[in-house]
Amino acid sequence: MNKNKEQLLNKRYKAEQRFRLYGLSAIFMALLFLTIFIFKIFSTGYSAFQKTWLIVPVTFDAELMMLDQNPSKEDLQDADYYDIALKSMADLDPNANEDQENELKRMVSYFFEKEIKNELLNDPNLIGKTKEVYLTASDDLDQVFKGNYPRDLPEDQRRVSDYQLKIFDQLVANGKVESKFNISFFTNADSREAELAGIASSFMGSIFSILVCLMIAFPVAVLAAIYLEEFAPKNRFTDFIEVNINNLAAVPSIVFGLLGLGVLLAIFQLPRSTPLVGGITLSLMTLPTIIIAARASLKAVPPSIREAALAMGASRMQTTMHHTVPLSMPGTLSGTIIGLAQALGETAPLILIGMVAFVNTIPGSPMDPAASLPVQIYIWAESAERGFVEKVSACIMVLLGFLIIMNLFAQIIRHKFEKKWS
Amino acid sequence: MIKIKAKDVDVFYGKKQALFNISLGIEENQVTALIGPSGCGKSTFLRCLNRMNDVIDICNVKGEILINDFNINDKSCDVVRLREKIGMVFQKPNPFPKTLYENVSYGPTIHGMAQSKQEMDEIVETSLKKAALWEEVKDRLHEPGTGLSGGQQQRLCIARAISVRPEVILMDEPCSALDPIATAQIEELIDELKKEHTIIIVTHSMAQAARVSQNTGFFHLGQLIEHGSTDKIFKNPDNKKTQDYITGRFG
Repeated sequence: MNKNKEQLLNKRYKAEQRFRLYGLSAIFMALLFLTIFIFKIFSTGYSAFQKTWLIVPVTFDAELMMLDQNPSKEDLQDADYYDIALKSMADLDPNANEDQENELKRMVSYFFEKEIKNELLNDPNLIGKTKEVYLTASDDLDQVFKGNYPRDLPEDQRRVSDYQLKIFDQLVANGKVESKFNISFFTNADSREAELAGIASSFMGSIFSILVCLMIAFPVAVLAAIYLEEFAPKNRFTDFIEVNINNLAAVPSIVFGLLGLGVLLAIFQLPRSTPLVGGITLSLMTLPTIIIAARASLKAVPPSIREAALAMGASRMQTTMHHTVPLSMPGTLSGTIIGLAQALGETAPLILIGMVAFVNTIPGSPMDPAASLPVQIYIWAESAERGFVEKVSACIMVLLGFLIIMNLFAQIIRHKFEKKWS
Repeated sequence: MIKIKAKDVDVFYGKKQALFNISLGIEENQVTALIGPSGCGKSTFLRCLNRMNDVIDICNVKGEILINDFNINDKSCDVVRLREKIGMVFQKPNPFPKTLYENVSYGPTIHGMAQSKQEMDEIVETSLKKAALWEEVKDRLHEPGTGLSGGQQQRLCIARAISVRPEVILMDEPCSALDPIATAQIEELIDELKKEHTIIIVTHSMAQAARVSQNTGFFHLGQLIEHGSTDKIFKNPDNKKTQDYITGRFG
């Protein structure tokens, strides 16, 4: 009898130990995956925050720029910089033939003419003088410099020629290649050239979409939640509505994209590819999330508070507006932020409403065409060029950072302002 | 003088009947205690008096309840005005999660009882004084009411209830969540308050009913078994069931 009991006890202890082990290994697995994922993104993405510059001496030859003496500001604007730009690149190798000069030109971005122009506009006294100017290296050389590009491929499989590599190595040896923080990644819009492409357009697009989404979804959802929770009679009809709201939260997001396409674009003729349409589509998706969060936090307000207010002679409306709603706000807000964070990471519906278009301008309002961060990731991930690989990871890092900040904010609101009911 | 008169009150929760045919008169400026075992309907009856049962969808009240000879179950009765006249203190202290001052000034604010900040300050002070809380909290009126002890919170709720000068105060087991010292303070307070208010208190403690009330009603299974002066109910009840309950044979 006693022995039997001991066996049972041992069995129970063992079961508990096993269970702990399962739990720990599950957590370990989750952490492992997370670490691998983050490590992969960081290791491929961090180099995108650096940009390679070639330092090239440029002679601001007035004759080549077709400038008179004492040129005005307008003259400087209209001057021809192509020749001096070309010449400064060609001068890197005095013995270059015509083909080689062309190759030299392709060592920098096609933007180099503009970079030289800006240099002169900043300092008009440079005319007739020579100055070393920072020029954006082409994305291939950028990758070579960062060590992401295999140099040992046969030349015909490489996008960088032996000649370019030779000149580039000379520049490196002379200290004329520099890596600096990549500001243009944050200030430029998208570009076909990896060295110039940035996230400004998609970042602004995301911000505008989220704002539109917030402005539509938040008031509608909060009003719906308050009505359903505090005023609506409990009957079959309201049950039906409740079930449908929960179902709406489970609808795949691409369906909302189709809705946006079919209704907002086709029927209401709203401008395509804009954060306005994106935001409206996302708000449909966010709506049920916020309603559910708001109802949950209204439910969490103890009935004793409602009773206290009602017993003081407050009307139902006063009870709701003075007590219940303010007390439920922290929960509602953090639910809203989490809903918005979901919307921020949404790609499929935005692709359907055309926010996948190539946009090389930075949107100034929700009515301008734009991409969004997740769609930008999708666009870049599709490109074959090596320069875009690191950009994809870098863009994911920005998006993740954004999401982490939002979720942190939601947590802070919840912990700081939520009343604890003992 | 009879302040509240209930006539043939029936209460239903859905199909289940909770109160049967209650008729009861409540004396002005006295304390009436409602006693009885759990689930006997005494709280339900109390909540009929300020129509708090309206909040419960499935609850249905029939019969007449006359307060100052006016039937509060009539369609023409406005619950906001009614609840201004009939305050309520609940079982668990339920101060608003706001400051002490805001707790007490809430009622006068929504009923527009003060023209100026000064008047409001006065109302808050007198209410807290009447609730015997002023001395303890006068230096921290702008701290949250939820930071007080349980007994203080309950006195704050009483101060909140009397801030609108109600004619009647309903108390639903106001001491059941409190320790004996806090209970004694509240009982003393009830004795003081009956000078200006009619008080109806639901209690589980027969000793408390005997201590604070002048009249007692005994409820059992949704029926009012016996009603009369507290002395008589406790010393010489007419009904056998009352006798059994009082002496602790059931309940």
